[in-house]
Amino acid sequence: MTSASIIKNPSNLRSRKIINSVMLTMCILAAVITIIPLLYIFFYTTQSGISSLNVDFFTQLPKPVGEEGGGMANAIVGSAILIGIGALIGIPVGILSGIYISEYSKTFVSTIVKFITDVLSGVPSIIVGIFAYGVIVIPMQRFSALAGGFALGILMIPTITKITEEMLKLVPQSLREASLALGVSRWKTTLKIVLKTASSGIVTGVLLAIARAAGETAPLLFTSFGNSFWQTSLDEPMAALPLQIFVYAISPYDDWHRQAWAGAFVLIFLVFVVNLLVRIVTRNKFSGNL
Amino acid sequence: MNTLDPGKEIKSRKKAGDIIFENITLLFALILVGLVVYIAIEMFLDSSESRSKFGFGFIFSQNWDPVKEDFGALPFIFGTIVSSLLALLISLPVSIGVAVFLSEIIHKSLRTSISFLIEILAAIPSIIYGFWGIFVFAPFMRSTVQPFLSTYFGFLPFFKGQIYGTGLLTASIILAIMITPIISSITRDVLKAIPVSQREAAYALGATKWEAIKMALLNARSGILGGSVLGLGRAIGETMAVTMVIGNKAQIKDSLFEPAYSMASVIANEFAEASGSLHISSLIEIGLILFGVTFIINSLARILIYSVTRKA
Repeated sequence: MTSASIIKNPSNLRSRKIINSVMLTMCILAAVITIIPLLYIFFYTTQSGISSLNVDFFTQLPKPVGEEGGGMANAIVGSAILIGIGALIGIPVGILSGIYISEYSKTFVSTIVKFITDVLSGVPSIIVGIFAYGVIVIPMQRFSALAGGFALGILMIPTITKITEEMLKLVPQSLREASLALGVSRWKTTLKIVLKTASSGIVTGVLLAIARAAGETAPLLFTSFGNSFWQTSLDEPMAALPLQIFVYAISPYDDWHRQAWAGAFVLIFLVFVVNLLVRIVTRNKFSGNL
Repeated sequence: MNTLDPGKEIKSRKKAGDIIFENITLLFALILVGLVVYIAIEMFLDSSESRSKFGFGFIFSQNWDPVKEDFGALPFIFGTIVSSLLALLISLPVSIGVAVFLSEIIHKSLRTSISFLIEILAAIPSIIYGFWGIFVFAPFMRSTVQPFLSTYFGFLPFFKGQIYGTGLLTASIILAIMITPIISSITRDVLKAIPVSQREAAYALGATKWEAIKMALLNARSGILGGSVLGLGRAIGETMAVTMVIGNKAQIKDSLFEPAYSMASVIANEFAEASGSLHISSLIEIGLILFGVTFIINSLARILIYSVTRKA
């Protein structure tokens, strides 16, 4: 790149300065118009959600059409169960493959795994739903919590893998060397020194994956399917908070919309708190190492 | 066992533990890779009925009739391509502006909180975007934006016809909001990878701030392209928000005000209630196309991004 192509008409300083301030203003404007929808969504959901949030929301079952009130207790418990199943799949696969990528990073396989992790994080969640449908729903011949949890688990993997890898890479190499120099074997060093040092970062990564899974709707549409009743067995259709929000949101009833906003508020609150937590923990990590 | 050589014993014991541990982590890493392969195979097999019945014509047919069992994916492919490309078109300049703002303009003390706010945008569940889209954004489009466009730009075929509020344009703008944080954060990363000395050299030559930034952006272009492609991939696969605002009508029209349908949306809406096996198989074939496209797009994006950030 030569100076001639960077600076056009070098003699015309006035117009260059005008272009400079116009473009910089446009950048500020871009940031402003990006933040507006966020604040709008955030405050609108909070405003409509908080006013509809009450004890019934957390303790009652959905009421049939026409009856006022009711809550999403079964959907909240259902979401917790689905996420629990997901975590059983997502956490071990995510953390162990993250360890592999970070600690054995010089192999060809780890490059491939890293690449596939990035690609998996971009696979649409609805595709994972179809996969869970084919692998679990069809053989079982019915929608089930198991299929929904399985789909959520797959979606959690890339997030956890990525965070684990990044957090392990933040652990200073000197810590590993010190441990190895004391005669501790490499796998014990990885587990007891490296993983332990990075544990708070990995925990927040897991929380991030859980917050993301909590809001996933598309993969549950034809796996967990939803349910209006109390249901805790894993081989039956199960309610989930985002599914319930979806059904209520596209319904024509005002009372259902109200409850859907309350659900949306709960989700957005969860996302906000978890992201804030991740921010705080990772920032302490960075400042601790620099 | 040779008791006279304890050192050797320790060495071999250590090795066994290391080998086992490495192989366990390798196993789980391979599970991750195997999963992606399995997804592809499963979808390929489950769509065999539709593939053998319609062949390649599936992609070019506009019919979608569950009663007559005649299926074609063109309206959905059209809706997905138009909505996500339009979203990228809207989002790209804004995202670059945001990235420049965050990395070059804003004071350090405010940077973390503003970038946190923008990153939160990426974490909001898509169902909430859709919900907000139905109740706040689509009415706003119907009352303000679309009448404005049809009054002043109505001579263009894109801004003609009935105003519904929901439709292709509304879906595209919601998608643009959703992918802006992704593209802007990648753009920030690649801008960081461009050496500061380059900008300093530009300043030394008498460049204005914008001219220096422009040079950095030009040098980071393949990374920015990668970020855009990544955002495009996200927009293509986005399901719930699009389903709630695109109008869900399988048609191909010039006007962006018209309702349309996307590949992910038709799967979301029809899969659980699909009547026959051919219907399900056709929906899975749409899923297979979606998977293939997003796989290729994401691979491309990652290669482009690696090519810039690796140098740093």
